[in-house]
Amino acid sequence: MKRVSTRLSQEFVKKLSGEKGEPAWMLEHRLRCLEIFERLPMPRFGPDLSELDLGDLTYYARPVQPASRWEDLPEEIRRTFQALGLPEAEQRALAGLGAQVDSEEVYRSLLAQLRAKGVIFTSMEQAVREFPWVRDYFMKIIPPEDNKFAALHGAVWSGGTFIWIPEGVEVEIPLQAYYRMQTEGVGQFEHTLIIAERGSSVHYIEGCSAPRYSRLSLHSGMVEIYAKEEAHVRFTTIQNWSKNVYNLNNKRAWAYAGASVDWVSGSLGSKVTMLYPTTVLLGKGARTENLSFTFAQEGMWLDTGARAIHRAPDTSSRLVSRSVVQGRAKSVFRGTVYVAPEAKGAKAHVECSTLLLSPEARAETIPVLHTENNDVELGHEATVGRVSQEKLFYLMSRGLDESQALSLIVNGFVSPILKEIPLEYAVELRRLLEMSFERATA
Amino acid sequence: MAIMAVQDLHVRVGDSLVLRGVDFQLSPGQIHALMGPNGSGKTTLALALAGHPAYEVVRGRATLDGYDLLSLPPHARARAGLFVAFQRPAEVEGVRLREFLRLACAERGKGFCEFQRAFPQALARLRMEEFADRELNVGFSGGEQKRGELLQLYLLQPRVAILDEPDSGVDVDSLKLIAEVIEEMAERGTAVLLITHYPRLLEYLPLAEVFVLLDGRIVERGGPELARAVGKEGFEVIRR
Repeated sequence: MKRVSTRLSQEFVKKLSGEKGEPAWMLEHRLRCLEIFERLPMPRFGPDLSELDLGDLTYYARPVQPASRWEDLPEEIRRTFQALGLPEAEQRALAGLGAQVDSEEVYRSLLAQLRAKGVIFTSMEQAVREFPWVRDYFMKIIPPEDNKFAALHGAVWSGGTFIWIPEGVEVEIPLQAYYRMQTEGVGQFEHTLIIAERGSSVHYIEGCSAPRYSRLSLHSGMVEIYAKEEAHVRFTTIQNWSKNVYNLNNKRAWAYAGASVDWVSGSLGSKVTMLYPTTVLLGKGARTENLSFTFAQEGMWLDTGARAIHRAPDTSSRLVSRSVVQGRAKSVFRGTVYVAPEAKGAKAHVECSTLLLSPEARAETIPVLHTENNDVELGHEATVGRVSQEKLFYLMSRGLDESQALSLIVNGFVSPILKEIPLEYAVELRRLLEMSFERATA
Repeated sequence: MAIMAVQDLHVRVGDSLVLRGVDFQLSPGQIHALMGPNGSGKTTLALALAGHPAYEVVRGRATLDGYDLLSLPPHARARAGLFVAFQRPAEVEGVRLREFLRLACAERGKGFCEFQRAFPQALARLRMEEFADRELNVGFSGGEQKRGELLQLYLLQPRVAILDEPDSGVDVDSLKLIAEVIEEMAERGTAVLLITHYPRLLEYLPLAEVFVLLDGRIVERGGPELARAVGKEGFEVIRR
C-alpha cells in the first residue's frame, strides 16, 4: 500500500493495520475509533472547518522508502532535510532524531550511550508490535470519545514516535522528530507517546513543514505524555505548515506527584490550527508550564490555547501566550484552568497578550479560571493591543527605520517565549518575523 | 557658525497651535538653555524637532548642517545627527538596552568592535553598569530614565542634542553627574539645547545663551544672568 485515496472504511482500516503487522488489540481499537468518529459531530467551537473535506484526503501515503543513512534517502527528500539543517543538528545538538514523510518514518537514530541506558526511541509501530504493555498507555490519556479528530486519529494513525525513559535516567540533550507532509492532499496522523519513569527527564522537540499545494491537507497528530513521580518532560513544537494545511491536534499529559511537564509551542504556519496542549496535574506538587507563541499571517486562523487541570494538592500551573497577528488573520487563545475540590493550595497563572500589526487583524483571548475550592491562588492577565506609536517613534528617534523598530518591538514582545525555544529554532523564528515585517512595511 | 537653525516654527498639536513662531540657532560645542513655565511649549518643541507624528509643523524651517530636518522621517533626522533626550522615554518590553544600542550604533556606522569598547565606557560614565541587560526603560525610576537617556547621548555622540528636562525627578548626586556629562558632550563638540523650567542644573553649567519661551514664542534672550534672574524671581520677571 503506497498511497490510498479513498473514503474511510473498515476495509481501509483493516488493510492499514494488517500491513503494519499489528496485534489484534490495535485493530480492534482502530475499528472502535472509526465507529466513534462517524458518530461524533465536528467541533462546535473555533475556526470554520467547512472547507475541509474528510472524504477527499489521501489517508495513507508512503512516497519514500526508509533508510538508515541520510545518503540512502532519495535526492529530493534528502535535499529538503538538508535545507532544514537536520543532518547537521543530529551531529551537533541532538541525542536522537526521527524523520517522517507523510505516513511513515524514513529515518531514525539514537546515541549509543542512551540505548545502553535503556532509553527506547522508536517508531510508534515498532513499539506497538514489540511491547505488549504499550496497550496500557495508548490513547488512555486522550480517549477517542474526547472529540471527532481524536477518534479519526485513533482509526487511521500512522507513524510517530515512542519514547520510554527508564527510572532516574536524565537525557540531557534533546531528542527530535521532524514531520514533513510531501504528497498533495495527504493526511498525516502521527502518534507520539512519551513515558518518563520516576525521576527521569527528557526534552523532545518536534518540527513540522510542508510544501504549498492548492489542495487542502490535514495534519492531525496526537501526543500523550506520562510524567511519572518527580519526572520532568519538556515538549517543544515548532510548526511552520504551509497555508493549505489544517492542523488539528490533540496533546495531553499526565503529571504524577512532583513531576513537571512543560509545553513550548511555536505556531507560524497552517491555514487553520486548533491546538490546546493540556496537563492534568494528578499528584501532589506536580507542575506545568505552557508557553505558546503564535504568528498569524494573511488568511490564517490560529486557534490555540492551554489547559491545566489541577487534581491534587499543591499543584501549580503557568500558562503564557504571545500572539502576533498580521494582515487579515485571526488569532484566538483559550487559557483554561480547572481546580478540583481536592487540589488545596493550587496555584495558577494565565497571561495572554496579543499584538495586532494591521487594522484587519482579529484576536480574542479567552481565559477561563474555574475552581472548586477556596484555598487557591489564581491570577490572570490578558491584553490585546496594537504596536504603540510612542515606542515606534522612540526607537526611530535613535536612528532605526520603521521596519527595524517594528521588528525590535515584536521580538521584544515575544521574547518571554522565544527565550525558551532552542537556539536554532529561535534564530529561524526571528528571521521569519523579520522577513514578514520587511514585506509589511515595504 | 550655527549647526542648527530654527526659523519661524509653528507647531500644532490636535486643535491648538502651541508654537507660534520660534527662532533660534545652536552652535557646536556650546550649551544653550531654553527656559519657560509649564505649558509654554518646551516639550512640544523637542518632540516636533524629533519628528513625532502627533506634532504638526504648520509653518517654519529647521535645518541641521544645511539638511532640511522637517522633510525627514524621525530615523533620518537621527542619522543626520540629531538626538533628543525625552522627558518620559517609552518603555519597550523585551528589548535589552545592549541589543537596542548595538543596533542604533550600527546605524551610525559604529561597528561591533567599536560598540563593544564604547558601551561599557558609557555605562561606567553614567554609573549604569547593572542596566546593560535590563529591558529598555522598563521599570526605571524617573532618575534612571534620565540617566538612561544621557547614556544613549554619550554613546551616540550626536552633533546636536536637545535635552528635555534631564533634571526633573533627579537627586543631587545624579544632577552633578548629569551636568558633568552634558559639559563633556559640549567639549567634544556637540551643540546642546538644554530645556528646563528649573534653573538648578544651569548653575553647574557654562551657558552660552539662554532663551525664554512664553506662550509659544521666544520672548527673551540673554546670557547666564538671564537664567539667574529667572531663578530668583520666576518667569514673572519676563511677563512684566
